[in-house]
Amino acid sequence: MTRHTDTAVATDLTLRWLVRGTTATAAILLLTAVFDIWPFKPLASTGTAMLLLAAAVTIEVSRRSGWRSHRIHHRWAGMLTGLGILGTLIAISGVGQAWPIPMFGLGLGALTVGSTWMILARYRSTPEGVDNHGVMTNPTMNRGAAGWMLGILMTGFYVLVYWYPSALDGLVRTTDWLSWAMRGRAADHWFMYSLVYTLAVAVFGIRAWYRYRHVKYQRLRTLSVVFVQVILAFVLPSILVLFQQPEFYFSYFWPLKWTYLWPGDYGMGWILADSGRLGMFMIGWGAIMSFVATPILTYYYGKRWYCSWVCGCGAMAETMGDPYRHLAPRSTASWQLERWMIHGSLLVIVVATAVLWINSATEGAMLGSLSGAFAQTYGFLFGSIWAGVIGVGFYPFLGTRIWCRYGCPMAAILGLQQRFFSRFRITTNGGQCISCGNCSAYCEMGIDVRWYAQRGQNIVRASCVGCGICSSVCPRGVLKLENGPADGRLGRPVLVEWEDVDILSGYD
Amino acid sequence: MHVVIIGNGIAGITAARFVRKNGDARLTIVSSETEYHVARTALMYAYMGDLRESDLKPYEDDFWTKNRMELVLDHATDLDTAARSVQLASGRRLTYDRLVLATGSRPNRFGWQGEYLDGVQGLYAWSDLKTMQRVTEGITDAVVVGGGLIGIELVEMLRSRSIDVHFLVRETAYMDHLFSRDESELIHRQIDRHGVHLHLGCEVDRFEDDGNGRVAAVTTRDGRSFPAAFAGIGVGVHPRTELAEAAGIETNKGILVDRSFRTSAPDVFAAGDCAEFRRPLVDGRTIEQLWYSARRQGRILGLILSGKDLSYDTPVFYNSAKFFDLEYQTYGSVPATDDAGLETRAWQDGTRLVRVARRADTGALAGVTGFGIRLRHDVAATWIRAARRATFSGQDVRELAFDPEFTSLPHNDIARELSAWT
Repeated sequence: MTRHTDTAVATDLTLRWLVRGTTATAAILLLTAVFDIWPFKPLASTGTAMLLLAAAVTIEVSRRSGWRSHRIHHRWAGMLTGLGILGTLIAISGVGQAWPIPMFGLGLGALTVGSTWMILARYRSTPEGVDNHGVMTNPTMNRGAAGWMLGILMTGFYVLVYWYPSALDGLVRTTDWLSWAMRGRAADHWFMYSLVYTLAVAVFGIRAWYRYRHVKYQRLRTLSVVFVQVILAFVLPSILVLFQQPEFYFSYFWPLKWTYLWPGDYGMGWILADSGRLGMFMIGWGAIMSFVATPILTYYYGKRWYCSWVCGCGAMAETMGDPYRHLAPRSTASWQLERWMIHGSLLVIVVATAVLWINSATEGAMLGSLSGAFAQTYGFLFGSIWAGVIGVGFYPFLGTRIWCRYGCPMAAILGLQQRFFSRFRITTNGGQCISCGNCSAYCEMGIDVRWYAQRGQNIVRASCVGCGICSSVCPRGVLKLENGPADGRLGRPVLVEWEDVDILSGYD
Repeated sequence: MHVVIIGNGIAGITAARFVRKNGDARLTIVSSETEYHVARTALMYAYMGDLRESDLKPYEDDFWTKNRMELVLDHATDLDTAARSVQLASGRRLTYDRLVLATGSRPNRFGWQGEYLDGVQGLYAWSDLKTMQRVTEGITDAVVVGGGLIGIELVEMLRSRSIDVHFLVRETAYMDHLFSRDESELIHRQIDRHGVHLHLGCEVDRFEDDGNGRVAAVTTRDGRSFPAAFAGIGVGVHPRTELAEAAGIETNKGILVDRSFRTSAPDVFAAGDCAEFRRPLVDGRTIEQLWYSARRQGRILGLILSGKDLSYDTPVFYNSAKFFDLEYQTYGSVPATDDAGLETRAWQDGTRLVRVARRADTGALAGVTGFGIRLRHDVAATWIRAARRATFSGQDVRELAFDPEFTSLPHNDIARELSAWT
């Protein structure tokens, strides 16, 4: 009878304790910094303490502004997750170097187990079916204080990984044991990053699975992205390293992984240098995927076969990004910007690839020794800033597919093909659309799906990654992803009930 | 030509869109409900936090200026059909060449004691959403009256906030005038699964006052009483005719119109929920109160106002709903029980159900309904219109199904069950 109030009160109590605990931990860390207590490192400790204080303020602000929709479904799971976050931060503050394995358990380990447990507690007990209740009022998912905090944290993590990796050494050391086991060498910040990325995809993959488990398309798609990330983008590259082979990713191809077909040391040079025959296979694999498999698969299935079934960026967006998909910019202006930027990006990659090859063929006649610097700068601008910092760090601000919409050259080329030469379309079901807007609101690409659905028109858009969420959230079963004959898939807007009038008046 | 439309619901807006598509008339749309057209169908999603309020606008704000439609946030208080003018509450007076009354409807109440207490309301207009958000803040108990589509939506809305709900339904099975027993049971199970207390065969007697003019409980005719800080009413709607009536336009239950939406006053038209046809439509109804029918009426009216010589006829009927997690679609006529004219057959597997109806005399397909299965609108409508024989192959069922890829459906079994007429 009074379950609602109980939950609200319990949540409020938990949040109060969270604020107290966080503040106390911050105070202790500040003390360790002031008295330089081993194994804490003063600078890292101060940084972590500041972060914790900011978190305490954020939680308090959210609590006072009525953080009701955020229910904690299992107290122990919540506490374990909280411990994991705290443990991770404390590991960074220096303790990770001193006690790497215990700090892995208290940090990333507790975080993984706790958040998985929370997800199971939240979703296993609720009936199957779309449940987006409260998504638009939850401050973490709607640029509230907690959302800002999260966005700053995620962006900050990327900034550290790319520019100040030594600041994360405490955390990197906690992953040494796994790196030794998998790769036969100590961890570096890229291994730690890769592990964190993979864990995020796996854990939130479980969440995505449960949220959309009533739709088999979503179950299979989630399995696919998690499998590709864990096996092809994490385990296999590690094993290659263990056997002294190039750290090659079989799930990324030119032009997304542009260097795989670039000449020279910044391109495929290192792959061939480390390993002759296997290296040749890798280059061959990449080239065939880029120029043969990709067009064929995109013709039959649309760009979704890659963007929302295989790609690691897509994997992150579809799993950890799922709570933020509704934040995608969706104005006409954002769409126009998108078209310029993404096609510009593709153009840059194609021109850069051509120039580098001409330069290589002419033995440096065009760029001379600059070619290495050029490739490096390019990789930094696109790979680091665009794909990482903004692409993932900004999830809580701009939604999940910022990189895919505004930067990814692979998405651009697949999109062009999807728009003009593919069998894929989203079909609308006659006149059944009720214009409710769930499809548009939850489209991570910011497509106004409703505009098509309410006039009964097929959706054929370059940017659609075919995640299928529009179809899953539609309360009237109006949308269906289909691969049909390429002829006539654009169609005219069809509202079958209006046929009689159409014959008299002509449509449009 | 100046076309003035009273009401920015789906009928009025669709009429305006088709007037603009076909010509250059000046268009003015008056509404006191919202500044911009919103999808009434999505009010529940705004309440549940599935959607932002801004998501309810099907068109971007610049759509209206781009299409040269003047939106007036005002209330039409008086209509002078002789002077061809509409008086607005702000004092502004609009003169028209053609006037469209698309004033919609309002929720029914049946004279129960306490039915206008604070916290007793239906769900139709934007203001209902706002009131409901305010009065249900922090409450723990509610009652919903009326076993229709709005009733179950109200229940779902309240449950999304973990409010304890008693759902009072007069009939002995949910929507038994439309659904067969097995179909109603599917919905009963949904209601149960979501922790709702369903009371069938239960009629309201009165709404109890908490002493401050706010509802405190709902008492039923059989003497039971349920605590309720909110009471949702979903017992149908009736046309809003007051503006037309005051202007001396002929009304009955609704504003009376012919098949071209003409009222008794010259150049005054009415469409959507508020309109009542003088001559019944094919199935005997004179008022259509579905969102879909309002959209269709609006379109035909828009074409008529653009000078097309058309008259309104119902297409192959269709409707849809969602009962918590259970999707429902129906096409044509599928009666709740076999009668002299129509007989039905069903296939069911757990929560999935398909039912077809055929004409007893000719064996022609009359309608098809799906629960938990999506059906292709154009296939169903084409088959019904063509009076196709109601026997199916597995391939037919494959063509009819609209479920997402990888959904496993036993197409051949379904075909066999649906074709096994005795």
